[in-house]
Amino acid sequence: MIINHPLLGPRDSQEFVYLGDASLIGRPDWQASDAQQQFYEYLYLRDNPAGLHRELWFHEQGDRSWLVVTRNTLTHEITSVELARDVARALGRDI
Amino acid sequence: MRYSGFRLIKEVLTGHKGWTPAWRDAEPKPHYDIIVIGGGGHGLATAYYLAKVFGKSNVAVLEKGWIGGGNVGRNTTIIRSNYLLDGNEPFYEFSMKLWEGLEQDFNYNAMVSQRGVLNLCHTDGQRDAFTRRGNAMRLHGVDAELLDQEGVRKIAPFLNFDNARFPIKGGLLQPRGGTARHDAVAWGYARGADSRGVDIIQNCAVTGFRIQNGKCLGVETTRGFIGANRVGCAVAGWSGSVMAMAGMRLPIESHVLQAFVSEGLKPLLPGVITFGAGHFYVSQSDKGGLVFGGDIDGYNSYAQRGNLPVVEDVCEGGMALMPMIGRARLLRMWGGIMDMSMDGSPIIDRTDIDGLYFNGGWCYGGFKATPASGWCFAHLLANDAPHPVSTAYRLDRFRTGRMIDEKGAGAQPNLH
Repeated sequence: MIINHPLLGPRDSQEFVYLGDASLIGRPDWQASDAQQQFYEYLYLRDNPAGLHRELWFHEQGDRSWLVVTRNTLTHEITSVELARDVARALGRDI
Repeated sequence: MRYSGFRLIKEVLTGHKGWTPAWRDAEPKPHYDIIVIGGGGHGLATAYYLAKVFGKSNVAVLEKGWIGGGNVGRNTTIIRSNYLLDGNEPFYEFSMKLWEGLEQDFNYNAMVSQRGVLNLCHTDGQRDAFTRRGNAMRLHGVDAELLDQEGVRKIAPFLNFDNARFPIKGGLLQPRGGTARHDAVAWGYARGADSRGVDIIQNCAVTGFRIQNGKCLGVETTRGFIGANRVGCAVAGWSGSVMAMAGMRLPIESHVLQAFVSEGLKPLLPGVITFGAGHFYVSQSDKGGLVFGGDIDGYNSYAQRGNLPVVEDVCEGGMALMPMIGRARLLRMWGGIMDMSMDGSPIIDRTDIDGLYFNGGWCYGGFKATPASGWCFAHLLANDAPHPVSTAYRLDRFRTGRMIDEKGAGAQPNLH
């Protein structure tokens, strides 16, 4: 698979390490009253869709950036690649 | 029809005209006591033991394609019970004992061959870990032998013992482990279940669950609604998608695992050999092909095919272990979809929805577990209570902190 890195252009997916569902960006608030339940869901439960899946890839053998890749799990086709930083900021994070 | 040597001779002499189909092509009835979703190894074994052991014959197995077309036809056929943890070892040993009597039990040749499973170790630390695992197995009454380098040499002199990076220091042998004919396992269970009244309904995909007031009343399918008192889901690989239709999120990701077969060779490998340094496992089929595999591709996938980088990685593992296979040609390869659970261990449990039961999360280990998985799931469906050897396979173990983390990799399914 070729991942079209937003800064570096097309790169072989072998340069990357896969983490999993992009929802892992949204780490729950550890001080919330239901933090235990939220962290259980965050850590262990997955939507696991057959079709379009937003997921986190780390460019370990490249610029060490985190990407959010939208990929079809039925065909391995990649339709969009974003910097995870931009996705997190759009969610209101201030990293 | 019972199969026997006498029957075979009779058919040979009469031109093989007397064979009948091994199971009926059943039409769905409006209502069953128990519906099992998934006509793979685990689903068919569940139906077989429901009928044979637990006396439930008003049972249907629903399969979206043809039976045995999923993971039971897409694996490397290895059977073993060399596990470490208390939650796992009794379960897999129960499975091993069922394998040993399987063919006599369902009167079908599943070609169960206990040719031994040898795990190689390459460092002192790995040998210590194998010693511990072997001791744990012996404490559970399972056979295990720790071999030194000479012991391994006697079994498999052709291995690359002096590999500069991964010298072979010894191995853990389970002589009772081995292989079985995977398709025949599915067919044998299908035949056994069918002959006891179970309806095996092929080309019948489940498209939804009918749930009212927290109770599951049956399933919507491509062949209409089918009612049931209890519904069991055993669709490993597709668990995430099917259970999502019941509104559930699971501690599971689906990943593809590739397997390979070389061209036919003369008898070469004495049994199953696993390369502890690079996750490569290989055996030789009765037709002579080397059957081997390695790691999953490592990212979520429902495509029943893999990608080339893992092919390269697996073949590198094979070459490091047995340089002599470098000239053998790869005949074919395929991919199966694995339910990778968050601790690498399976789940057999009831769900929060009354009448809906779940069996999945088998990771790499589904094939060897087929008989015990079927027996334990049948026990759960028939009695609404877990079988003693599967009590640890709870759905809520991640919430309560009772994980069975055999590999110690934590909540990272692509590392298990």
